[in-house]
Amino acid sequence: MRENVVIRTVSRIAVPFIQVFALYVIVHGALGAGGGFQGGVVFAASFILMTVAFGLTSVRKRLSNKWIVVYSVLGITIYAGIGLLCLLMGGNYLEYGVIETILGIPHLHGYLLDAVEIGIGITVMAVMTSIICDMADKGGESS
Amino acid sequence: MRVKALLAVLFIGIILFWTVEDMPAFGDPQAPATQYTGKLYVESVLPDIGIDNIVTAILASYRGFDTLGEVVVIFTAGISVTLLLRRGGRL
Repeated sequence: MRENVVIRTVSRIAVPFIQVFALYVIVHGALGAGGGFQGGVVFAASFILMTVAFGLTSVRKRLSNKWIVVYSVLGITIYAGIGLLCLLMGGNYLEYGVIETILGIPHLHGYLLDAVEIGIGITVMAVMTSIICDMADKGGESS
Repeated sequence: MRVKALLAVLFIGIILFWTVEDMPAFGDPQAPATQYTGKLYVESVLPDIGIDNIVTAILASYRGFDTLGEVVVIFTAGISVTLLLRRGGRL
């Protein structure tokens, strides 16, 4: 597998495009088809392709075990933190309209939805990559 | 045994094809699915939230608490796999 030139070259070309497309899908969630779940899975697919082509060690170099856990907690924290922000502004939990009314910024509701989608995307990306890396790892090979 | 299985498949298939003709046509505005809550969402998403995608508006805003639960479910699955498979290493 390591010596296969075709797989390595195609993956090296394809991975950046897959990641840019994943970011596009996440950010485009409020305007058209897309969202955090789909974009996160596409982003994790790029890491899975890197695992297939370059081996687990190169993925671990870019996204270590510690940072995978940090990212998966960070996504939920963004989501729940925006909900708590609505609570602090005097609304109900996850009632984004309150923030838009108090701060007076137009279209803030949509931007908060984008932030929530980004949080979902980070969590889904980290969890999918974590599952694949843990299953491909042969007992502490590169952890 | 195979004849019985074939009979069962034919029986269920005939029933399913029989019910197809009672379903509303694709995109029928008089269908029950587009009459009540669907109409409400289509009319009120733009003034309420101000984004174009009705699906995202329902997913993240109207049903935001539900989606938070879904993300927590995915997070719990990931943590479970980590705890089960990643033995001996640091978290």
